Amino acid sequence: MPEPVLELIRIFKSYPGVQALRDVNLAVAPGEVVGLIGENGAGKSTLMRILGGVTAPSSGVIKLRGEQKDNLTVSEAIRCGIAFVHQELNLFDNLDVAANVFFGREKLSFGLFQLIDTAAMVSRTKPLLERLGADFDPDTPVAALSLAQRQLVEIAKALSLGAEIVIMDEPTSSLTLTETNRLLEIIAELKAAGVSIIFITHRLNEIEQCADRVVALRDGAVVGTLQKAEIEHDRMIGLMIGRDLKALYTPPRGAVGKEILVSKDIRTTTYPDCAVNFSLRRGEIVGLAGLVGSGRSELARTIFGIDRLIGGSVIVEGRPLTIQSARDAIAHGIYLVPEDRKRAGLILEDDITSNISLPNLRQFAVAYLLDRNREEESARQQAGRLNIRAPSVSSVAGTLSGGNQQKVVLAKWLAMSPNVMLFDEPTRGIDVGAKSEIYSLIRALSDAGVAVLMISSDMEEVIGVSDRILVMHEGQISGELERDQFSEHHVMQLAVGKATNSEQPC
Amino acid sequence: MLRKDLGLLILILVVGAVVALINPRFLSPVNIANTANLIGLFGVFSLGEGLVIITGGIDLSIGSVFALLGVIFVDLLVTYELPWPLAVLIILVAGPLVGLINGFLVTRMRLQPFVVTLCGLLLYRGIARYYTNDGTAGFAFGQSFPTLEWLTTGRSFGVPHTFIAFVIIALAMAVLLHRSVFGRYLFAVGRNEEAARYSGIQTGRVVAVAYVICGALAGLSSIFLTMYTRSISPASHGNFYELYGIAAAVLGGCSLRGGEGSIVGIVLGTILLQILQNLVNLLGIPSSLNFAVMGAVILIGVLADQQFTAYHQRKIAGRAGKS
Repeated sequence: MPEPVLELIRIFKSYPGVQALRDVNLAVAPGEVVGLIGENGAGKSTLMRILGGVTAPSSGVIKLRGEQKDNLTVSEAIRCGIAFVHQELNLFDNLDVAANVFFGREKLSFGLFQLIDTAAMVSRTKPLLERLGADFDPDTPVAALSLAQRQLVEIAKALSLGAEIVIMDEPTSSLTLTETNRLLEIIAELKAAGVSIIFITHRLNEIEQCADRVVALRDGAVVGTLQKAEIEHDRMIGLMIGRDLKALYTPPRGAVGKEILVSKDIRTTTYPDCAVNFSLRRGEIVGLAGLVGSGRSELARTIFGIDRLIGGSVIVEGRPLTIQSARDAIAHGIYLVPEDRKRAGLILEDDITSNISLPNLRQFAVAYLLDRNREEESARQQAGRLNIRAPSVSSVAGTLSGGNQQKVVLAKWLAMSPNVMLFDEPTRGIDVGAKSEIYSLIRALSDAGVAVLMISSDMEEVIGVSDRILVMHEGQISGELERDQFSEHHVMQLAVGKATNSEQPC
Repeated sequence: MLRKDLGLLILILVVGAVVALINPRFLSPVNIANTANLIGLFGVFSLGEGLVIITGGIDLSIGSVFALLGVIFVDLLVTYELPWPLAVLIILVAGPLVGLINGFLVTRMRLQPFVVTLCGLLLYRGIARYYTNDGTAGFAFGQSFPTLEWLTTGRSFGVPHTFIAFVIIALAMAVLLHRSVFGRYLFAVGRNEEAARYSGIQTGRVVAVAYVICGALAGLSSIFLTMYTRSISPASHGNFYELYGIAAAVLGGCSLRGGEGSIVGIVLGTILLQILQNLVNLLGIPSSLNFAVMGAVILIGVLADQQFTAYHQRKIAGRAGKS
């Protein structure tokens, strides 16, 4: 192997309560395409943040072109030719393409006045876009572009930086098949030009097509490397998961009960043309899988009354409901554990007690005045039941770990009487121990007769926890899988829209 | 009482002691009663302003509301010769109505509170000036309302009624804000509107009610102020008064980002502001420096609080790091 452009030696990174990376070694040769794979939370993003100089490793050595970098900063990483194409796009909606490509290094004119030379930036951006086969002009505002087009802007930005190492974090997650193929061609071109690429994706086919080598991470450690000849689908899955996904599963205690919530032709503001139909039954956990942006969260928010319902109806126990706000949903025992617990789930400045009592505050009031003792008593009960680890129920929610914060969100609803629980990414950013606690809580709820819908992008979770899986693709339910049909492969195919077993496309 | 409030109380006592040492007239019964009267006048609407600030909003229109409701009140009594209880009632309804309009525009039309109430500030004063042809509205010669005057400008046991009203309202507001369901909702909305909505709180309604209460207290204050000045020149009456309210709330620990604040704090903030005004008079500082003194003290107070909080957090972080 020639002198690597990039070398990571014995990288460790720990966050409070989580060992995010342990003893990671990685070297990338010039012009090499390395596929980096791993489940959500395996440490891929942390590793890339370290490479980009965003976070510092707890220990370990980073070498760029043989030179040791002890305190790698973002600007130094850029100077050394490391460029990112992010999963969540980092573009300014209000600026045009050229301004985004040259953001922070604008071309200037008129010496003294330091005016921005828009014309120069546009003319320099044009060839980059042509090279990428983009169908838009450099002066198009980013707000007017589709997700795929924005992705190309990110890549153009990396190219304009003269990057030697391009890190692509899930670049194809929102691209169509044609767009993806075009991207794979671009990767091949970059490789031919001597650029090294680290390609992070969940789509193993793409890795099969373009990677020279595959590195798999699991629980923060490198668990295996596959050379070009060894790269194949099953081996990659084997490395990533390292265990049988179905083994996690705890079956329901009793038989599945009767239908309680029916989504009849529900249409959301995000996908106004797609009517969504499904039903939830008592005692059953339904997993809702799909790619980011497939409309899962919007569906849950619409049922919960946060987003406006623009068509169809939510039918609970045979009766259509008028749900205009979360308050209406809550009144019918439909509760949502939202995706972003820090923004939507909790009031971080408030203590555990106030967070738990908030949705049911009147319960703790006599003549409209609050009885703090009763609130605390109920909070203590919930904290005990859910095993919330905190010095006391007066601890401020913001000081808790992710897992305990999520338990507080759950406690809010468990203190009331749920009929239907909607979970949106219930274990995102939570350590392994708390995860399994949350899984058993979800199962216990289901066994107590609650209908559960669990949105999750974590394949292990969807397959390991659900009794039935619904898969969404671009706003519609693209398929439904029973337990004996569960496989990562099946779910993925439905999620990317390659297969469908639903009758009504939109 | 929070540490912040305690700090403010100590500041008030220190400033008071210094002024009293330099000029003993500070503690004379006349001066104390006058200051108490002013604290009452400014305190009532400051409480309302504080409530709005806790939701993360602001009300800039209060001073103009005083001008508008003031001229209407005088006109009702002088021109229309309405019985004073009816006139008072009309103003007490008009105040919350103004608040309701603000609340509607902020929550339903989703306009920014600053913009809504800035427009109110311009609009209400403009209407007030047009209403009187920019003239001064005052009571006719010999016209008097003994009961109304006793209620609004009188004293019981030497205590000005404005101050008594302030104390009663502050107590009621303290219970509302710190003990009631509504108060908890108000803080929740101010701290994290989204999480509050996800907990089933009708956040728009909560915010709107804060503006209505603010308007109601402004309406009540406008009656006190009118009876105190007895004549109203609509171009200047109540000018900048909303800023006294904002200053009192901020001094008292309300954050303009919302979600922080207490009634005790707002009360203490009002007291400190009035003592500062008083200090300018008593220490022979040119009265043109009045605003400058207030500005400087608020700036220093907020700065000190910020530094102290940062220091306190570093200390906690340091302790957590060691263990």
